[in-house]
Amino acid sequence: MGEHRSMRYRLHECRRFRVAGREVLFLVPSHSIFALDELAAEIVHLLEEREALSISDILRHLNGHRSSAEPMGAIRELVSLGILQPAAQPINPRPQPAPPATFPLRTLVLNVTNTCNLSCGYCYEYGEDQLSHSPPRAMPWEVAKRAVDFLLEHSGESDRVSLTFFGGEPLLNFKLIRRTVSYAEQRAAERGKRIDFSLTTNATLLTRRVIDFLAEHRIGVTVSIDGPRELNDRLRVFPSGRGSYDVIAPKIADLLRRHKTRPIGARVTLTSAVREVERIFDYLIDLGFQDVGFAPVTTAVGRDYALSEEALAEVLRQFETLTERFVEAALRGSYLGFSNLSDLLWELHHGFSKSYPCGAGLGLLGVSPTGDLALCHRFIESPQHRLGTVETGVDERRRAAFLKAAHLSRKTDCHTCWVRGLCSGGCHHEAYVRYGDTFHPNLHYCDWIRAWTEIGIRAYVRIMEGNPAFFDRLEGRKSP
Amino acid sequence: MKHVRALNRKARRAERGIDDHDDVMAMQEQQPLPLSCTTVFDPGWEIDALGGMGLLCQPMERDLYACYNECWWPAQLPDQMVNYPDWSEKCASAVKDWRHLDLVFP
Ligand code: SF4
Ligand code: SF4
Repeated sequence: MGEHRSMRYRLHECRRFRVAGREVLFLVPSHSIFALDELAAEIVHLLEEREALSISDILRHLNGHRSSAEPMGAIRELVSLGILQPAAQPINPRPQPAPPATFPLRTLVLNVTNTCNLSCGYCYEYGEDQLSHSPPRAMPWEVAKRAVDFLLEHSGESDRVSLTFFGGEPLLNFKLIRRTVSYAEQRAAERGKRIDFSLTTNATLLTRRVIDFLAEHRIGVTVSIDGPRELNDRLRVFPSGRGSYDVIAPKIADLLRRHKTRPIGARVTLTSAVREVERIFDYLIDLGFQDVGFAPVTTAVGRDYALSEEALAEVLRQFETLTERFVEAALRGSYLGFSNLSDLLWELHHGFSKSYPCGAGLGLLGVSPTGDLALCHRFIESPQHRLGTVETGVDERRRAAFLKAAHLSRKTDCHTCWVRGLCSGGCHHEAYVRYGDTFHPNLHYCDWIRAWTEIGIRAYVRIMEGNPAFFDRLEGRKSP
Repeated sequence: MKHVRALNRKARRAERGIDDHDDVMAMQEQQPLPLSCTTVFDPGWEIDALGGMGLLCQPMERDLYACYNECWWPAQLPDQMVNYPDWSEKCASAVKDWRHLDLVFP
């Protein structure tokens, strides 16, 4: 062993957790997760309390050891994994890489109609926070056809693309969906690509004919529903004010019975009126949904259905309870369809670290009924977020400007945040509605996101230690 | 690895970065900046700071700012500590971005 023990080291940016009696480390810049033995943990503790230490100092502090060979081995491991860093190296030397100039399109979201037969109080298409006041429109066939060609032409090397039908209520334009699916299947086959379809619906217009079509063409379905009748009907109502539950319940039962070719998920919007996460979850899983996901409503400041601080804390507590149940199920080898958690676990498993919160403007674009391209489905018909048309293609100048401004490196508030590579400042649309600035980090959720990420890491470690094979199954679910 | 165990995939890649020496890319990823001189005495390229070889074979571009980082000494390079704290700002990874290290005119 050479004598270079005056070299000083500091702890790289990391978070340490104690999970099931074990020390676990989440390395922030790389999203690696490590389990530490006692000795390694002791070294990490030492450095947590100090700016930096030389190797000889570290060895001196660990004087319970007979020789320096063991501690030296542990130090070497910590250094080579990047957990300890030479003190002379600048902190955070490496910003996230800039986006590539061009990238293949992966998903196109077609707004096949901007009208809806419900008028849910919180809807960003119709409610108080809508981005535009366009006249009612259904997408004509020429636009849909052009959009399919556009998707295939811009999908580059990738052999899989997906097309999502969105609205408004997309089933109001079922005729177009049918025609588009058969055209897209044919064009994709000609190009040797696989195309996946999905649809988000309020379920009011599901008939047997529609359901059989969805099943036959393997169209993934997500149903927007807020739980049992009295919860669902608080905000999910027809224009007359009548609740939608009684109309959708039998249709959903039919859908779950007949459509078996793809998993069917439920999406719940959490508001001040609807926040009983666990109860809603159990209800929807009992109905037969494979996956249930929750999203807090997007609002400007001051809407009365917005979630208050206490409500958010309550949601977090219930997420934690569901997480506990998820972990127990996973250790037994079964899957609980809590998709907020399964998505997080999947990201943690891979150690993905992102400079953008989502694919908006990258591999994902929205298409308006008239064929305008938007950052994503939520920005459709917002003139400010237009990125070209399916006819003329992507306006690369505008896209580049967006990607530059939306990059995590621009969000200075996030630079010292340990979950920045997972959150990346959060949804652009949420930011726009909340702060009037697409590029503003969603600072009203930070504490929540950090607490939730910690819950996720703890769950990840327990499952990984108890039943690592679970993640092979999860992999299958996330990329069917 | 005896003391640290990789749990997720990213961690396993980091582990491979040192265990199999073929994975030069992963190694460069881990150590994107050079170690510095004067205050810590760079041990040279025969042996690393820990007396091993795991941290050797760094790309030569790393030397470009060896006399810059946390250094005040007026050398042939701008110094970071007193006069040019931002000199390497545009240079996140020496290997890729060394062209951004520009001339300075004192
Ligand atoms: S939690 Fe907050 S500070 Fe952290 S990345 Fe997200 S928005 Fe930024
Ligand atoms: S901007 Fe928001 S709504 Fe749009 S794709 Fe991203 S996360 Fe989703």
